[in-house]
Amino acid sequence: MSLYRDTGVVLRVQKLGEADRIITLLTRRHGKVRAVAKGVRRTTSRFGARLEPFGHVDVQFHTGRTLDVVTQVQTLDAFGAGLVGDYSRYTAACAVLETADRLTLDEGEPALRLYLLVVGALRALSGRERDPSLVLDAFLLRAMAFAGWAPALAECARCGLPGPHGSFSVPAGGSVCAGCRPAGSARPAGETLRLLDALLHGDWETAEAVGQPARREGSGLVAAHLQWHMERQLRSLPLVERRAAATGGRRPVEHAATGDRTPSADMV
Amino acid sequence: MYEGPVQDLIDELGRLPGIGPKSAQRIAFHLLAAEPADVTRLQEVLQRVKEGVRFCDVCGNVSEEERCRICRDARRDPTVVCVVEEPKDVLAVERTREFKGRYHVLGGALDPLSGVGPDQLRIRELLARIGSEDVREVILATDPNTEGEATATYLVRMLRDFPGLSVTRLASGLPMGGDLEFADELTLGRALSGRRAV
Ligand SMILES: [Zn+2]
Ligand SMILES: [Zn+2]
Repeated sequence: MSLYRDTGVVLRVQKLGEADRIITLLTRRHGKVRAVAKGVRRTTSRFGARLEPFGHVDVQFHTGRTLDVVTQVQTLDAFGAGLVGDYSRYTAACAVLETADRLTLDEGEPALRLYLLVVGALRALSGRERDPSLVLDAFLLRAMAFAGWAPALAECARCGLPGPHGSFSVPAGGSVCAGCRPAGSARPAGETLRLLDALLHGDWETAEAVGQPARREGSGLVAAHLQWHMERQLRSLPLVERRAAATGGRRPVEHAATGDRTPSADMV
Repeated sequence: MYEGPVQDLIDELGRLPGIGPKSAQRIAFHLLAAEPADVTRLQEVLQRVKEGVRFCDVCGNVSEEERCRICRDARRDPTVVCVVEEPKDVLAVERTREFKGRYHVLGGALDPLSGVGPDQLRIRELLARIGSEDVREVILATDPNTEGEATATYLVRMLRDFPGLSVTRLASGLPMGGDLEFADELTLGRALSGRRAV
């Protein structure tokens, strides 16, 4: 019997049998881990709600034959508590989890940078200070950069000519110069590309100075770029509730663009 | 892998909730060894449930008629509606014998990770019902887990603009019979924010 311990974020839970669950975690040292939490669905479980999605936990595992088994859990950050009280933040956080899950194909392969990025995004979303839509887009851009396919923003995706350039093509890999521009490229506002560049590099001062139209357009480009590179569509991304930030408005404004329903349909 | 129909049966059983490959295999071989009459009875019940049971037009609960037993019952208070995720939750609340109002079954919880958004649940029907019937209180009785809480949050926002409607959430806190020191942070947090004067 071998035990190991790690910290991780709960990405997903699936029911197993009568009272158990399979928990998928993104851990600091062991990458993605799938493990069984026995009896977790009983109200008397000693795990309680610690192994719910968004939980940042310190876990002890017991190596099993097929799946590892969770033996002890302690909460580091109960991000879920701050997220479920705000539907926009909850949906954005769901997209963070699903993206992280989909970007880590192999279990056990270390993914330290992605783990830190997920924890940072959940902290920002549950902290309720920043626009959840911006936090999500920043996360997606950086996660794509780790995967090696962040959109080109400052130079032409095809020939590398330094920009800024006025056109953007998802299939070409981002912004494109006038010479390389494929037919059907989108023509986003210059402010939108500056926003995406700021989000990719963590320049929040620049990002938060940008108005709603550019934020919306940026979200559409990020979503289209992400979906283009994913084998299957993300389920949560179309369900992310994007709404006007800082207005305190009650009404949901719109849903995020999906790959097949992008704001500029000629983009892909 | 087994041959033909046996493997088909194992595959079908394995698609049922809570049944893993091992249980599917165990049930399949149990059925294979069972008396023909027992299997026929099971087969008939399955058929009847698909043909004879439907969902109540008003509340979405399982029903044998257009309107379920509770919606037809004139003694039930129509001004109080308890919103639950699944028909089995109606049974759970009914067993308490504490509730005399009516229900609204959503058909699940908002769970973007599984592709479930507001349009996949009976939320529009709930809003239409509150707009047209004389409902004065909505009790949100979604599950006390992440998806259930998020669903309640969403519904609170949708319901708070109805004039004169009071929206309440099931109190949730520490399980009876436990020690405080073992309570997790989410549960303890909820218990604290929902504390009451004594
Ligand atoms: Zn070029
Ligand atoms: Zn009914």
